[in-house]
Amino acid sequence: MTGSVHAALVPHAAALASLHATGIQAAAGLLLAFPLAGAVILLLGGKRTNSWGHLVGVAMPVLAFAYGVAAFVQMLGYPAAQRSRELTLYQFIDVGRFQVPFGLRLDPLSICFVLLITGVGSLIHIFAVGYMSHDPDRRRFFGYMNLFVAAMLLLVLADNYLLLYTGWEGVGLASYLLIGFWQYKDSAAVAAKKAFVANRVGDAGLSLAIMLMFFQFGSVTFTGVFGAAPKASNGVVTAIGLLLLLGACGKSAQLPLQSWLLDAMEGPTPVSALIHAATMVTAGVYLIVRSGPIFNLTPDARLAVAIVGAATLLFGGIIGCAKDDIKKSLAGSTMSQIGYMTLAAGLGPAGYIFAIAQLLAHGFFKATLFLTAGSVKHEMNDEVDMRRFGGLRVAMPITFGAFFCAYLAIIGIPPFSAFFTKDPIIEAAFSRGGVSGALLGTAALIGAGITSLYMTRMLLMTFTGRRRWDEGQHPHEAPPVMIWPAILLAAGSLAAGAIFIIGSRLQDFLGPVIGVPPVSHGIFTVYGWAGLALVIAAAGLAFVLYGRREVPVAAPAANPFTVAARKDLYGDAINEGLLMRPGQWLTRLSVYFDNRGVDGLVNTVAAAFGGSSGRMRKVQTGFVRSYALSMLVGAVLLVGTFLLVRL
Amino acid sequence: MSTFPWLTVAGAVPLVGAIAIALTPGRSAAGSPADRRARDLLVKRLALVFSLITLALTIVIAVKFRPGGPRFQFQQVYQWIPQFGVHYAVGVDGIALVLILMSTVLMPVVVLASWNDVEEVAASTASAAPGRRARRGRSAKSYFAMMLVLETMMIGVFAATDVFLFYVFFEAMLVPMYFMIGSYGVGQRQYAAVKFLLYSLLGGLLMLVAVIALYVYSTHGGHQGTFLFTRLSHLALSPTTQKWLFLGFFIAFAIKAPLWPFHTWLPDAATSAQPGAAVLLVGVLDKVGTFGMIRYCLDLFPSAAHFFTPLVIVLSVVGVLYGAVVAIGQADIKRLIAYTSVSHMGLITLGIFAMTSQGQAGATLYMVNHGFATGALFILAGFMVSRRKSHLIADYGGVQKVAPVLAGLFLIAGLAGLALPGLSTFVSEFLVLVGTFTRYEAAAVLATVGIILAAIYILWMYQRTMTGPVRAEVANMPDLKARELWAVAPLIALIVVLGVYPKPALDIINPAVHSTLVGVHSRDPVPPHPASASARQASTTSLVQHGRGQRGQTLRKQGSSA
Repeated sequence: MTGSVHAALVPHAAALASLHATGIQAAAGLLLAFPLAGAVILLLGGKRTNSWGHLVGVAMPVLAFAYGVAAFVQMLGYPAAQRSRELTLYQFIDVGRFQVPFGLRLDPLSICFVLLITGVGSLIHIFAVGYMSHDPDRRRFFGYMNLFVAAMLLLVLADNYLLLYTGWEGVGLASYLLIGFWQYKDSAAVAAKKAFVANRVGDAGLSLAIMLMFFQFGSVTFTGVFGAAPKASNGVVTAIGLLLLLGACGKSAQLPLQSWLLDAMEGPTPVSALIHAATMVTAGVYLIVRSGPIFNLTPDARLAVAIVGAATLLFGGIIGCAKDDIKKSLAGSTMSQIGYMTLAAGLGPAGYIFAIAQLLAHGFFKATLFLTAGSVKHEMNDEVDMRRFGGLRVAMPITFGAFFCAYLAIIGIPPFSAFFTKDPIIEAAFSRGGVSGALLGTAALIGAGITSLYMTRMLLMTFTGRRRWDEGQHPHEAPPVMIWPAILLAAGSLAAGAIFIIGSRLQDFLGPVIGVPPVSHGIFTVYGWAGLALVIAAAGLAFVLYGRREVPVAAPAANPFTVAARKDLYGDAINEGLLMRPGQWLTRLSVYFDNRGVDGLVNTVAAAFGGSSGRMRKVQTGFVRSYALSMLVGAVLLVGTFLLVRL
Repeated sequence: MSTFPWLTVAGAVPLVGAIAIALTPGRSAAGSPADRRARDLLVKRLALVFSLITLALTIVIAVKFRPGGPRFQFQQVYQWIPQFGVHYAVGVDGIALVLILMSTVLMPVVVLASWNDVEEVAASTASAAPGRRARRGRSAKSYFAMMLVLETMMIGVFAATDVFLFYVFFEAMLVPMYFMIGSYGVGQRQYAAVKFLLYSLLGGLLMLVAVIALYVYSTHGGHQGTFLFTRLSHLALSPTTQKWLFLGFFIAFAIKAPLWPFHTWLPDAATSAQPGAAVLLVGVLDKVGTFGMIRYCLDLFPSAAHFFTPLVIVLSVVGVLYGAVVAIGQADIKRLIAYTSVSHMGLITLGIFAMTSQGQAGATLYMVNHGFATGALFILAGFMVSRRKSHLIADYGGVQKVAPVLAGLFLIAGLAGLALPGLSTFVSEFLVLVGTFTRYEAAAVLATVGIILAAIYILWMYQRTMTGPVRAEVANMPDLKARELWAVAPLIALIVVLGVYPKPALDIINPAVHSTLVGVHSRDPVPPHPASASARQASTTSLVQHGRGQRGQTLRKQGSSA
């Protein structure tokens, strides 16, 4: 185990020496400038931009994507060891030893995210043109979406933790604005606030990690921190790792900060697609993989990461199985899939590559799923209850086709995406060895079955069987502006995994930055077969439950376990009992104390000095005289005492 | 350096403005209501013009200020009361300069934001008690004149380099503010004004004793007694003496700031004051307290400052958390904002007494940013309150739908209140926390909990007032008028610009913080495992640097060629 860690340190060390960005890459600021300009134009432009605002909103991420492709091509032209490039735009903060440049880092890891964010993000923007076409605030919507993309790009491009944190909280703000986009609904406003506050808890962890880094290393840049981390004590490094994990839990909706994600469905569906596929929830995984040089030094923190991931992948999957709301079921799925990535990241160099592979593939299939679910919702007059769907295959064949591609990809039928990206995670977990390896591996294996269960259930309830919708609804195929992004993403879903894994393409590309697995596995292994068997069995079970039998329109009474799953496994109840209620009491008590205690005491003292409220009034009326007099008397008395006791 | 008395002129301009306003025909002069309105308008325009001239002058001072030069610049020293060694002595270091700038930026904003406040108060009082309408002193004329007088005193208090002169300004400031709350405020204004006065009076008294004692000590050894700061800071005082004198100054400043548990006057005063007056009270007057701590408590009594540091750190952390928790529980929007200030002022004192360059530079920058952010929040809340005539959060709901510009700006100001990265308060708050962490980890960890609480109190307030279904009572609420937009837009712009590019402010602040730290014999802790790159950088950069960018680049080039 330790041997593999040290072996993996070498490529990291090589990646430390960064070169200057030149050529096209020297303009990397454009990646931020495009979407930011879009946000500024759309949000400050006001009603004047209503008619063409959405076009600007789409153009900006597309331009950023085009630039990203150019920068990527330039990067491929460099030898593998020279692909990390840095660029300082200006000095952001400069106080004593605390030096924070506004610096960007273009390396294989960040460019992967840039392409994902701008590529998938652009398609989601295009989809939103159709989806939001009837909304009077479409311009504002695109402004927020562009802000989201800009913040996420800053997060992945930053060359230091403080700037990363800036993007990190920017993502939190954008998600707050978008989840609460229909803020005239109380539920949306509450969900938005909840998302921000839950994220803030994680953010506090990340900011403490940054403080600890500065305290220990006098630096917050990746280069500085990674260079100095091996000198620090194990306790310090573990503490940094755990604090980073707390941050990752907030942004990536991992236990115990998961509860905001399910409520975040209050936002328009393109927002969900953006949050779940291209931005936001992937940030936590990025943070852990980016901080690999720290996690490599601390097995304890890595184990914590893996446990959080494994627990969340089961937790989210179970919730996904119980939800009748198609978007909430997908949200549970996201938690679960991100759990896989977190688990993989917690396995250290053995898993980093697969975490990123799963993340990129997930970007495709989850975006497809959300866009097709959005189309369905759009056509069904905002109905999201799958018990009121059914038989939509006929009405929306292309949407069904896209959904089906993503379905094959997410459950991991060979040769589609997740088969290549998920099975290595299961394998890597088992080959960790020991009890922990067996437990983590088993969790990941069961998770594959659960994934198949809830996805098959969703597929059957939505697209097959009898129509359970009202006569008044006339679903038909969505307009081309919504269909084409889904088709493109569906194609990506099918192919992504094979492209990344076969021939170790992604591994060769990312290896110099994040290290390579110590042992390489074949593609078809015993765990792969076991996983596949489980997937097929679970799909069969779902077919028996939801395909062969009639789906009742009202949710049937259920056993306690299902009830618990429908209630998000009591995540909210736990938060309410442990945090909210005590918090409310603390607040009330403090307010009471402040009015009666602190202020009361002061008023009592004042009254004692002033004699009575009548005296107070007198002070008030002739205050200048009294003031001068009391000042003089007091001063004389005190100075006298002072000189008398000769301090 | 030119010998033009920039500071004196900048300080005198508002006073001249106040006199000019006083010379305009008064309310008692005969005339129709239209004439009276015209006279009021003249008064307001005069106030705006004079505050803008003052702003222009202080901007000139800031531009001419050399961050690498001597600590105090634009100095002027004249004998005032030779018998007691009292001087009219003014001068600014970087800390005083940014605070003066903050004050003069806020003043035209406040004038614009307060445009109709006096009439509204007069109208509401008239309707409540018709017979008392002609009460003396309730006119736009005296309100705006007092504002300008207050501006002179604010500039004076930050610019004074004679402790006695400082004391005079420190106390004199109370008078206009007392009237602004007591006569022009709302609700329990007289109670609030007296409370504000009594608290400040108590602090002022203790400080006066300490000031006089300082003078007495300066005469020891046969010297000519003095109140000049530059000479007093070289005074050799015994540790015990330092402790007592420190307390004299510190309690006055702690009340002013206010530091927990001396804070209870603030929510009352800020709630009863008009929004404009509340901005001056919380934005500027509070900063006199924290400015006093950094200038006088640390520089004059270094050993006492170290002695009391643990106490101050504890009070600060309690204040950060306590202010935030109590803010969450408030039902009144202005009280809520006032309590957030208690929390933020705790962070500022924390940064000052962490005695690291990050902590103190962060605290100083925070004073400026807090003035702008809380100022914007108070003003926008005031605009909302003046429309709905209620302070209660529960009386609002759905305002975003009917007044999107108001809501949007309110959100930005609120986000500045919760220190969102990209906005100015984040830079200062993070500097304070990171600077504290290097000395007092536990204090920094606890204070960081405050950032979670900040998200709750700001967003919950926003949720209850701005989002949800539109309430019938706010359905016809107009959005911001041009005058209101112009009042608050500069603050929002500054919040964003200083959040993205804080360097101009930090460049001015850093050298002053450096000399304060030298004065208090404190050096930044050295990281136990310094990163090689930053160690190299630190060894080649001094606090006052020129051409840092080039050096940074050559360094990186060396790194890349290696």
